[in-house]
Amino acid sequence: MSEIDLTILFASVIAAAAPILLATLGETITEKSGIINLSLDGTIMLSAMSAFVIALKTDNLFVGFVFAAVVGGLVAAVVAFFSIYLKQNQVAVGFVLTLMTRDLAYFIGSPYSRMQGPQVGPMSIPVLRDIPFLGDVLFQHNLPVYFSMVMIGVVWWYMYKTRLGLRLRSVGENPEASYARGISPNRVQMVYAVCGGLLVGLAGAAFSLCIKPGWGQPQGAEGSGWIALALVIFGGWNPVKAALGAYLFAFLQVMSIYFQGWLPSIPAQVFQVAPFPLMIFILVIVFFAQKESFVRWAEDKPVIRAIIHALYAAAPSALGRRYSEE
Amino acid sequence: MDDYMQNERVVSENRDKETFSEYVGEAVFTLVAVLAFTTFVLILAGAPPIDAYYHIFKGSLGSWVKFTHVIKAWIPLTLCSCGLIYTFRIGLWNIGVEGQVVMGAIFTTFALRLGVGSPLSGIYLVFSFLAGITGGAIWALLAGFLKTKGGVHEIFAGLGLNFVAQGMVLWLIFGPWRRPGVASMSGTEIFPSELWLPYISSLRLSPIGLASAFGALILTAAMIRHTRIGLYLKAIGNNPNSAYLFGLKPGRYMLIAMICAGGFAGLAGSMQVSGVYHRLIPSISSNYGYLSLLVVMLANYNVWIAPVIAFFFACLNVGSIQLPMMLQLDSSLSGVIQGTLVLATLAVHAWRRQVRKKGRVRRS
Repeated sequence: MSEIDLTILFASVIAAAAPILLATLGETITEKSGIINLSLDGTIMLSAMSAFVIALKTDNLFVGFVFAAVVGGLVAAVVAFFSIYLKQNQVAVGFVLTLMTRDLAYFIGSPYSRMQGPQVGPMSIPVLRDIPFLGDVLFQHNLPVYFSMVMIGVVWWYMYKTRLGLRLRSVGENPEASYARGISPNRVQMVYAVCGGLLVGLAGAAFSLCIKPGWGQPQGAEGSGWIALALVIFGGWNPVKAALGAYLFAFLQVMSIYFQGWLPSIPAQVFQVAPFPLMIFILVIVFFAQKESFVRWAEDKPVIRAIIHALYAAAPSALGRRYSEE
Repeated sequence: MDDYMQNERVVSENRDKETFSEYVGEAVFTLVAVLAFTTFVLILAGAPPIDAYYHIFKGSLGSWVKFTHVIKAWIPLTLCSCGLIYTFRIGLWNIGVEGQVVMGAIFTTFALRLGVGSPLSGIYLVFSFLAGITGGAIWALLAGFLKTKGGVHEIFAGLGLNFVAQGMVLWLIFGPWRRPGVASMSGTEIFPSELWLPYISSLRLSPIGLASAFGALILTAAMIRHTRIGLYLKAIGNNPNSAYLFGLKPGRYMLIAMICAGGFAGLAGSMQVSGVYHRLIPSISSNYGYLSLLVVMLANYNVWIAPVIAFFFACLNVGSIQLPMMLQLDSSLSGVIQGTLVLATLAVHAWRRQVRKKGRVRRS
């Protein structure tokens, strides 16, 4: 049994969570405005491929990140356009895009697979890195990881503390009333779908330029988009809770490496698919947390009541619904 | 919260009246758009577009052998599409169809392993079909229960179960069912030929597989149009709340739809094992489950259009296998074409409908 160094453990959780965290925050913004962008899994693959190829060709990491964000924004714009202006089912369009963008990534990226390319280097923050324990856990990473941590606060602040954030939420809850108050739901949904898409694109770049450097088939990021979609529900459409979910997930991912070392008799395939039944299990619990009968039953059980309270999640009322401005 | 993605009908049949020439115009416009996008992607990848299209065509319909490969892909696609007709009717997104195919294949392999060395190979083959259907249905039922009792949206339930099924295949191939000596990605030990689905030796094509696909089509069409279950599925899919008032339990019919879908998908997986690969391989489902979702969407949820689309998609899949050999391109181009085709169809159709609506408003 190998010893766990807590500092290394937590530091690797913070680093591993970055891409999923960015994707989860992006999708939270999009869904808060009432649009479901189901294409996350494919979008992450396409933007990961674009980021790697562009960074390789221009030898400039920054351009790679920007390009990946644009790709993410574009795919999200397609989903929003189909929903808002063509009145099509968001789930249908999102699903088709999931498959299509992934195949597009494999097709265009295949000449670049298994190539050596640029990679984001670490950048520790002076002064802060000298704080005992916390300095090593939080401030010895690379820029995208810092960015992902800062974005938790930024998204929360924007959503709940600014006027524009209030408008964003109002469109997701009640587009008709927002329209009556002089807000254009169509424009708001389009803008935030694209904003969310930009973050999803950055998530892809964070995979191919930091966490799982390079490109290949499989890249290693497959399935993470679906996890991000589930984490949005787990977080109850609240960016801070969703971020906690992302860290929890990354923690389990990192722990599974240790478990594999401790329990060699259990085949590796079990650990690889373990996140998915876990995701289902968590969604079941989230569902029961909303049930009145279940809440009543848990009334006199403080621990369960606390869990239920923490997992209480209400979707934006107009999520996935088409709204017509006429 | 459980139905936040459900508040619009999945199946929309309320097409406006459109003349035949309008319909043809739409189709031509869609195809031109898809061709333009695909050509753009090919140029982006630095490939000669005309050559690529030529190789896809020649690789799918260029010879009888290629054509039989297309049919081999068409059979599971059609079977899965038939199953999905039931779930789409009632408004369910059965993304788990992929895992249901895999589960059918696992159960079939289990049944056939029992039959190795037995003189009654025919009985074991029939048994393996039933096992495959059961496996697919169980996996679908699991997603259905998670939906109706656990409040997990069927997309997440199905997807999670897909990953679990795929993990199980890998575990079985590298663990309990590994080939003596070497466990490898090439799969389990090949079954003796008595346990292969009987096939026409000149074409290496199984008439039973072909018959089961046609049987599934006829059965599905009859179920949807002429039985009470078909009617109820549609009624609930159109409006779950009012169906409830009529005494129909949506949850119960959702499970029935899932069992039907899982059964057909399981049969598809069964055919892949006994009729095509004669063993369990890691990519036993070949993504046919996911692809059949696109087939049914593009067919506008129609039972008789689905096999036609499935044939076209099978051609693209089989033809694009030539691309890596001939042009050093990835075969995922077929997926790009298929996805673009569905998106373009949705877009053109919606756009034309809006134009017509505006025209009508102006006239009145």
